[in-house]
Amino acid sequence: MIPASFDYVRPGSLAEACQELAADEDAKVIAGGQSLLPLLRLRLAYPTKLVDVARLPELAGVHDRGDHVFIGAMTTHDEVMRSGVVAAGAPLLALATAMVADPAVRHRGTFGGSLAHADPAGDLPAVVLALEGVLVARSAQGEREIPAADFFVDYLESSLRQGEVLVGVKIPKLGDGWGFHYEKFHRTAQAWAIVGVAAAVRRSNGSIQEARIGLTNMGTTPVRARAAETALEGLELGDGLRQACEEAAADTSPPADLHAQPDYRRHLARVLTHRAVRTAAGAP
Amino acid sequence: MTEVGKARRRKEDARLLTGRTRWTDNLQQPGMLHVAFLRSPMAHARITGVDVSAARELPGVVAVFAGQDVAGEQGSLPCAWPVSDDIVIPEHPPMAVTEVRYTGEIVACVVATDRFKAADALEAIEVDYEPLPPVIDLETALSPDSPKVHETGNQAFSVKITSGDLDAAFRDAPVVIDRTYVQQRLIGAAMEPRAVLVSTDGDTFTMWTSTQIPHVLRVMLAMVTGVPEHQLRVIAPDVGGGFGTKLQVTAEEVLCLLLCRKLGKPVKWAESRTEGNLAVHQGRGQLQHIRLAADSDGRIRGLQVDLLADMGAYLMLVTPGVPMLGATMFNGIYKMDAYEFACKGVFTTKMPTDAYRGAGRPEATFAIERIMDELAAELRLDPIEVRRRNWIKHEEFPYTTIAGLTYDSGNYEAATDKALQLFGYDKLRAEQADRRDRGDPVQLGIGVSTFTEMCGLAPSRMLGEANYGAGGWEHASVRMLPTGKVEVVTGTSPHGQGHVTSWSQIAADALGVPFEDVTVVHGDTAISHKGMDTYGSRSLVVGGVAVLQACEKVREKARKLAAHLLECSPDDLDFADGAFKVKGTDSQTTIQELALAAFAAHNLPEGAEARLDSDATFDPVNYSFPHGTHLTAVEVDTETGHVKIRSYVAVDDVGKVVNPLIVEGQVHGGIAQGIGQALYEEAVYDAEGNLLTATLADYLLPSAADLPDFVTDRTETPATSNPLGAKGVGEAGTIASTPAVVNAIVDALRPHGVRDVPMPCTPERVWRALEGGRA
Ligand SMILES: Cc1cc2nc3c(=O)[nH]c(=O)nc-3n(C[C@H](O)[C@H](O)[C@H](O)COP(=O)(O)OP(=O)(O)OC[C@H]3O[C@@H](n4cnc5c(N)ncnc54)[C@H](O)[C@@H]3O)c2cc1C
Repeated sequence: MIPASFDYVRPGSLAEACQELAADEDAKVIAGGQSLLPLLRLRLAYPTKLVDVARLPELAGVHDRGDHVFIGAMTTHDEVMRSGVVAAGAPLLALATAMVADPAVRHRGTFGGSLAHADPAGDLPAVVLALEGVLVARSAQGEREIPAADFFVDYLESSLRQGEVLVGVKIPKLGDGWGFHYEKFHRTAQAWAIVGVAAAVRRSNGSIQEARIGLTNMGTTPVRARAAETALEGLELGDGLRQACEEAAADTSPPADLHAQPDYRRHLARVLTHRAVRTAAGAP
Repeated sequence: MTEVGKARRRKEDARLLTGRTRWTDNLQQPGMLHVAFLRSPMAHARITGVDVSAARELPGVVAVFAGQDVAGEQGSLPCAWPVSDDIVIPEHPPMAVTEVRYTGEIVACVVATDRFKAADALEAIEVDYEPLPPVIDLETALSPDSPKVHETGNQAFSVKITSGDLDAAFRDAPVVIDRTYVQQRLIGAAMEPRAVLVSTDGDTFTMWTSTQIPHVLRVMLAMVTGVPEHQLRVIAPDVGGGFGTKLQVTAEEVLCLLLCRKLGKPVKWAESRTEGNLAVHQGRGQLQHIRLAADSDGRIRGLQVDLLADMGAYLMLVTPGVPMLGATMFNGIYKMDAYEFACKGVFTTKMPTDAYRGAGRPEATFAIERIMDELAAELRLDPIEVRRRNWIKHEEFPYTTIAGLTYDSGNYEAATDKALQLFGYDKLRAEQADRRDRGDPVQLGIGVSTFTEMCGLAPSRMLGEANYGAGGWEHASVRMLPTGKVEVVTGTSPHGQGHVTSWSQIAADALGVPFEDVTVVHGDTAISHKGMDTYGSRSLVVGGVAVLQACEKVREKARKLAAHLLECSPDDLDFADGAFKVKGTDSQTTIQELALAAFAAHNLPEGAEARLDSDATFDPVNYSFPHGTHLTAVEVDTETGHVKIRSYVAVDDVGKVVNPLIVEGQVHGGIAQGIGQALYEEAVYDAEGNLLTATLADYLLPSAADLPDFVTDRTETPATSNPLGAKGVGEAGTIASTPAVVNAIVDALRPHGVRDVPMPCTPERVWRALEGGRA
């Protein structure tokens, strides 16, 4: 499959990139191209121009900023996986990123691209939602910050506006006592998640103080399993966990596709949430 | 040590791995144009108009044609296997003219100066379709009120083969097992997508194409297009896998030849993965009703097979022959009193089916190996024990089966004993019992498959009896070059099997020359003038034997020349290590010296020609029957339905082995492919006939990360039907592994009330089977 023709520019600065985008409303940002190029090749998108932001210095690198980790949008999955700063400040992200696709895709695909693409089946949106990350966007009009909860609007739709570039994401560091796990359920090692569960759990004195659970592929956007989070609060590790995790699929409307029907996805969300929470909490 | 039997690394690999390849899509011709095909988005519709005028105006577009424009010259794609007298072979225009019958069928084509302009121009073609009802389901397709795929109706053919007294076998049988299995449609996903390049010098046409069958293709193209056979050269350059999908005369090949003829310019077409998923013929596609009657000790009395075979929209090269390749195989390795095979070929509005690794035999093996497990469960016997009670014992060979084939050799006991030992059968059974007792959410299942297959296609006489359009011989020629090197020309057409290496080993031994001194030429009808190509695990068993026989003829010619030069009788010469030695003396000459002597031709025997070369055409007297025992242990997560293959043991008996490394590679790939059918792969059409699995994100293939380390071993019972004693290994793994894996899953879940999981056994299906069992 061959895409329709388009122009291609690689601006030298973020400001220039913003101008390119402001000048042409059918222009589109390209990062690693791992999601965009398949769409172009299947002729499901017809941008007039691709603005390549992959090498912009403003979008590069992982930075320890005290209370949060700042991850430049163009950091590849592979770099995220190997970053000491991420491992220390946002270990859940490292765990989940290691489950994305395969090494070839992870060397090209970017963290920012994964979020901007807003695919609810992607592994990272649910993680950023659970970690309550804040996305930083820039346009010709200036910069703004968008909390993850407001970022994912619909299937393949984020709250980025036309002309805005995602610069990076602030991931707040969680203090001591937190444990993490990402539970991905898929049919082959390289396949997308049928359901994924990102769990961050704070434990003290043998019981759960706080749980944050993000669900992958359980709706048109990544979603928080709020009911389960509430049910888990204050619970001791033990048989009660499973009961609380029965709430994991509450208020979700998971998709039906070749790999799973909604009732099966709901069932998986419950089982996988239990597993993710148990592992995150360090339960036997 | 002789070369045959050595684990030689493949001569092919250095070049392939370093990218010095000649895939069709890498090839260029001066002034080459590019072809793109517009494909039907409808499964079934009448074409009421095609407007190509806007596309013709686009920059870079050289020509645009719709079916109507080539209707007079495009002919009909061939079906070479009219399996029965009642068969209906509908017209199959390479480009649809009045009606489309599957999504992906070609309705128009663009020729442009580059492939990007060609692709763009497709969007400017307007086709008016008047929708017709799709025909998807096999059973309803045969009901009288079903919409029709072709005017003649939806039945392509019907056959029935009976042997023994089936009524007697089933009457009063203590055990009757009745099952229905679905063989899903599969897409052959070869690493290299298809591509075609055709050029002409005005008189002759040369086609490079990613095919398994350059020789057969040349004959068929000449018949279909009227391009005279002697003015047509077909070349299969490097070909990256086929698995049967490139055993075809494709619409794209015919149309590229026509376009080259019309325009007088070279034209190339190369498909994308998505285009290939839509338009490469698919494999399998059967609905199997199986009944088995047995005594209470597990002895089989009779087997009744009733198939509906999904032909898709048309009959392609061997479409109807595929289920027939299984017609005599459902009985497997077992003895029984009566057998019946009935099959109806059914037209549907889907991509035609045709050969796919194993073709007919995996389907048959699956059914018998699954139902043997059901018999074991019914009688509370160990599945291995039930098989033992029924299989042909080693001392009973040659054995003529209930289906009429004569299995020349085999030793099922030896292969099974070895497999059980490598597998640690008893220990795994103990672990299974333990997990059951503990109510472990992860249950263990053990699956076995003791299979045989009929391969080494094939004795020409038997193919004639089966109504196949061609023979099953294979050809080779061998020439000693003046410097003592050897050129082997083979009629087989390797596309990943390593013939260059294996044929070198055979020739090296037969002629006493170093392995490195042999080259193997193939895949070009101008160089290898005669061949039947590569499929059906036939290449070694038929083509390798032809190489051996041609080498032996060369050797005997060399012996006569040596006797002449050494002034002795040919009978006084011993041949060893490439030299002829006069018995009891030091006097000798090497085959290399003889090659030069034949080239110089200064002193030849009376009447001898100045050449040290020969050729041979080998036609086997029987099929070959590799067999083996495969065992697998799977862990089934009863909470999610996820299946993990924990261990896999394959003991195969492929007769004499020429290159153990290549054999192991074939077994590994085969097992992986069979596991693909068991767990992952399915070409899914929706109720409207749209293909839902056009990309590899939807059509899942296993990768190394999903598979365990395979433990492989062999027993070696030589074939008696050919001088190499080889049986063929190309399809074995694929045939054996699918039922082994499904048997293991069902074995794990039987205590949960599960007795089948339809393929592919996705986590969701396993979970639903468990839910059904709980209900
Ligand atoms: C075979 C395969 C398997 C995959 N499997 C998985 C998987 O298992 N899990 C998973 O999570 N992902 C998977 N992916 C997707 C992968 O993670 C992609 O890298 C990711 O979705 C997109 O990142 P990218 O850098 O390639 O973005 P691109 O494809 O370049 O862009 C994607 C979209 O985001 C927009 N965009 C990108 N960057 C910016 C920016 N800085 N500002 C504004 N807009 C931007 C683009 O305009 C485009 O619309 C897979 C991809 C492939 C090809």
